[in-house]
Amino acid sequence: MRAMVYRGPYKIRVEEKDRPKIEHPNDAIVKVTRAAICGSDLHLYHGVMTDLRVGHTFGHEFIGIVDEVGSSVQNLKVGDKVMVPFNIYCGTCFFCARGLFSNCHNVNANATAVGGIYGYSHTTGGYDGGQAEYVRVPFADVGPSIIPDDIDDEDALMLTDACSTGYFGAQLADIHEGDTVVVFGAGPVGLYAAKSSWLMGAGRVIVIDHLDYRLEKARTFAHAETYNFVEYDDIVMLMKKLTDNLGADRAIDAVGAEADGNLFMHITGVKLKLQGGSPIALNWAIDSVRKGGTISVMGAYGPVPNAVKYGDALNKGLTIRGNQAPVKRQWPRLMEHIRNGYLKPSDIITHRIPLDEIAEGYHMFSSKLDDCIKTVVVPPSAA
Amino acid sequence: MASIIEERPGGPGRGAYPAEKPTPRESSESLRARIPGWGADLDPADRPSFPREQPGIETGAHWTTPEDQPETYPRERSIEHAFLTPVFGTAQPPKGVSGVIRRYSYARHSEAKFAHWALLILADRVDSIESQFTSILQLRPDNPITETGILSEVRRHGLSSRYGRNRTDVKHLWLDPILIGGPYILAGWAVLRVVRGKRRRR
Repeated sequence: MRAMVYRGPYKIRVEEKDRPKIEHPNDAIVKVTRAAICGSDLHLYHGVMTDLRVGHTFGHEFIGIVDEVGSSVQNLKVGDKVMVPFNIYCGTCFFCARGLFSNCHNVNANATAVGGIYGYSHTTGGYDGGQAEYVRVPFADVGPSIIPDDIDDEDALMLTDACSTGYFGAQLADIHEGDTVVVFGAGPVGLYAAKSSWLMGAGRVIVIDHLDYRLEKARTFAHAETYNFVEYDDIVMLMKKLTDNLGADRAIDAVGAEADGNLFMHITGVKLKLQGGSPIALNWAIDSVRKGGTISVMGAYGPVPNAVKYGDALNKGLTIRGNQAPVKRQWPRLMEHIRNGYLKPSDIITHRIPLDEIAEGYHMFSSKLDDCIKTVVVPPSAA
Repeated sequence: MASIIEERPGGPGRGAYPAEKPTPRESSESLRARIPGWGADLDPADRPSFPREQPGIETGAHWTTPEDQPETYPRERSIEHAFLTPVFGTAQPPKGVSGVIRRYSYARHSEAKFAHWALLILADRVDSIESQFTSILQLRPDNPITETGILSEVRRHGLSSRYGRNRTDVKHLWLDPILIGGPYILAGWAVLRVVRGKRRRR
């Protein structure tokens, strides 16, 4: 089968790989019909994630057709069109039994601090991902769902991670009616988080980024008030001025490890990998939110330490919440919002490319060329 | 938004912060009329991740504990786990010198140790170098033009996407070739020094 493979930092190619096999009775093999490149895939592409092996296939956002099922699979059959959450989880461990699907303890042999994720290095379990023609899906009776007939395929694709993560991020921010919410980052997760903040009754939603075309999308897609931090000497001061010098009630970090805006942090965190990513957005969130406020961290960071301003967070009495989204828990409500016309997740897709052009797709997304926000990848067998 | 801070008679720049929350710039009624779905999840009970932990949640699992996936090679694992997890990824088993480093890191250090992660990053870089040599032997050497996707600079408007658009990353773009190419130049220089040193000794 054709599959994207990692060759080293900033280098990927498409090559022939063996089709994955059933390795456990509850496995399924899914023939991928659409995959997407996620902002967090860039942490892999840039070599920021640890235990990232040459030959690894990325891709934790994908949908497809069930091609084969293991002997114990009951809830799916060959031919079903499914959406697959980026979390791999067993459904019965201490964490899954409480709904913490992203924290499953039975699927990641390599680390206990993170659950299993498709195509996201061996630090998240060593599973190849969906930027390929076929993918192994463990615990097929637990993770995947059949895509309802009235849900568009590309909307379903966005629900496998980015949209669900943004929606979950707004929930973690604990938004009350009339709250001012500041979202750092106007990438896919930031756009969905901003949009979701309104669903939860925010009174004002502010989005910060340095890419004007993404801020334009935040205004049109997410109805947000936007600011380009490049135009201000001190973005935290601006947030204070906009909020009567108190600070925003809630902040959402939708940037994570690749943050820009402070040269020292960017070089040490992103270029030299001396930190688990650049914590600029998180530090801005800490300083921009009011005392007693809440910060929701959706941006992904690596496992090594970061220079986070925890002293400010402590002195301000902040609540900082984060987690990988337990994706499937979000689906029923998000599908209601789609059916009600409140949300059209696929509206943020800007590019659709063949799998064989994925190296250029990654460079384009990484370098923010061609006003790229979200790229969908089409395998040759699904073109 | 109208400021809630009022100047007091004590002089210019004096004031006090009041107890009230700043007046919203737009009423809930106005927001509901303007933004599709505004307030649909106002009640936390409508938010699927509230409460965060929901004991007894339906998952679709029809087992009490999952069956074990066969271990077809000695699978490395975090020493923070009591045992090998019942299901695990089998993509890219450890191999070569990088594999030795990875296995040592997993066997020796917990996730709490910086050395664990530093060794894994080292193994990643060694793996990259090993794979470059292997790909040459397999007559499929790495192609920096196609594998870096650099041609999208032409096809996807590299210049016009970057310049004149207020982007902060453009300011430090000049650093990238130094940071990416620098280690290779330094390594080449070090190898050259060693080779020359050996020749002189002969």
